[in-house]
Formats: sequence, structure tokens, C-alpha cells
Amino acid sequence: MTTMTEQATQVYAVFIRATPEQVWDAITKPEFTTKYFFGTKIDSSFEPGAPYLSVAGSDTLVEGEILESEAPRLLKHTWHALYDPEQASESFSRVTWEIEPQDGGVTKLTVTHDQLEAAPKTAESVAGGWSFVLSGLKTLLETGEPLSTSGM
Amino acid sequence: MTDDDLVFRALADPTRRHLLDRLYERDGRTLTELESELEMTRFGVMKHLRLLEEAGLVVTRREGRQKLHYLNPVPIRLIHDRWIDKYRERQVSALADLKSELEDTA
Repeated sequence: MTTMTEQATQVYAVFIRATPEQVWDAITKPEFTTKYFFGTKIDSSFEPGAPYLSVAGSDTLVEGEILESEAPRLLKHTWHALYDPEQASESFSRVTWEIEPQDGGVTKLTVTHDQLEAAPKTAESVAGGWSFVLSGLKTLLETGEPLSTSGM
Repeated sequence: MTDDDLVFRALADPTRRHLLDRLYERDGRTLTELESELEMTRFGVMKHLRLLEEAGLVVTRREGRQKLHYLNPVPIRLIHDRWIDKYRERQVSALADLKSELEDTA
């Protein structure tokens, strides 16, 4: 198979047996994010203009700014990865979380990571990461347990 | 049909796997672009894309007048986490048991 070229727009979607409010909490509360987002804590007030920080211990792994926030259906923020020097030298990209209720107690969560044109290393890194994060988020909400796999 | 059934059904067809490979190489394509690379009618390609969309393997976005198709790898990740990882873990622990047994008797 040919290798994937870095995509400037990436879309990830998952159906979760949970309410939109539960999905919103899982995205915005640190006690949840540590269980599926590579052990990181989310740190933000989620007010437009406020910082979006993903932290582990004393390290900030991702920084950004909240662009739009409408609980429990939309969260949009910028993304600048600091966990790797190559990615840290790249431009800010953008992440949009859309939460839509479906029939039968199911909620659709769509993550769009775009504006990655000037951030090829970030595009390459997050291409595997988002699937892992969303699979873990679904497992956590549906079973109450973190995903027991070895990771990426 | 469960979510997993839809994914396995969608992946059971070579044309649909080919469409996913095309999107893997370059994402965000229109029906016209995808159709131009296949020896198939537009209607046939649409039908396959619809099954991929129902399985969640393809997500569409409107951009202006265009409808763009994106590969969504999350359902494959879910299959991996629920099925493949489970059996691989057992295999690894069986090997670990064998190693400790051999080393204990040595």
C-alpha cells in the first residue's frame, strides 16, 4: 500500500451510546481526558478567547485558543503541539468537535482537524492519534472503563 | 445489523476497499474524482460510497457546491481494539508464560 500523504483536513467520526451532555463532559473535564487522551489533562475555561491547554504533570503538550464553545454541541479551538520540537516549529492548526444526537440514545461525535497546510509533521502525528483517542473515549463512556489496549 | 456487521460488510467488497485506499492516498475527494479512477458507472460508485458511509468508514462534508468524501479510520480502530488486540494480547501472554516456564526449568 502506498503511504499516506499528510492531509490538510482530517475528519474522524464515532457513534457513542451516551447523551450529548456526557460526551461534552468527557471532552471538557480533566478527570475524563486523563483516561483516554494519552493521560493528559484538559485545562480551559472554554470561554471564547481563553487558552486551551493539554497538560501532563508540569508539561504542556498542546496549546491553543478557544474559538467557539457551545455546550453541548460545538467546540472549536486552535492546536499547536509542543510535545515534539518539529511540530512546535509549525503553525497553529484548528480542531472542531461537533456533537449531534441521533436516534436510539446514540450521539455522533465528529472531530475535524484542519488548517494543517503549514503543519505537515502535526498532520502526520495526529492522523493516528485521533482514532486512538476517539476509540478510547467511546469505550470509556460506554463501559466506564479506560481502553485496556497497549496504546497506539 | 450491529456497527461491526456494517463495517465487515462494507470491507467485504474489493471495490469498496479500493475506494478506501484511494481516499487513504488523498482525502477529501468528490464523487467525480473517485469515479474517474474506476471502471464503473457513477451510479455504481455512489452505491458503494453510500454503504461505506452507512458503516461510518466515509464521512462527507459540503464545501461550497462540492460534496467531499473523507476516510474515517475510527471504525477500523474500533474493530482493532475490540477484536484484534484482544487475541494478540492472549498470544503475547502465552509466550510470556512459555518463557517463564522454560527459564524456571533451566
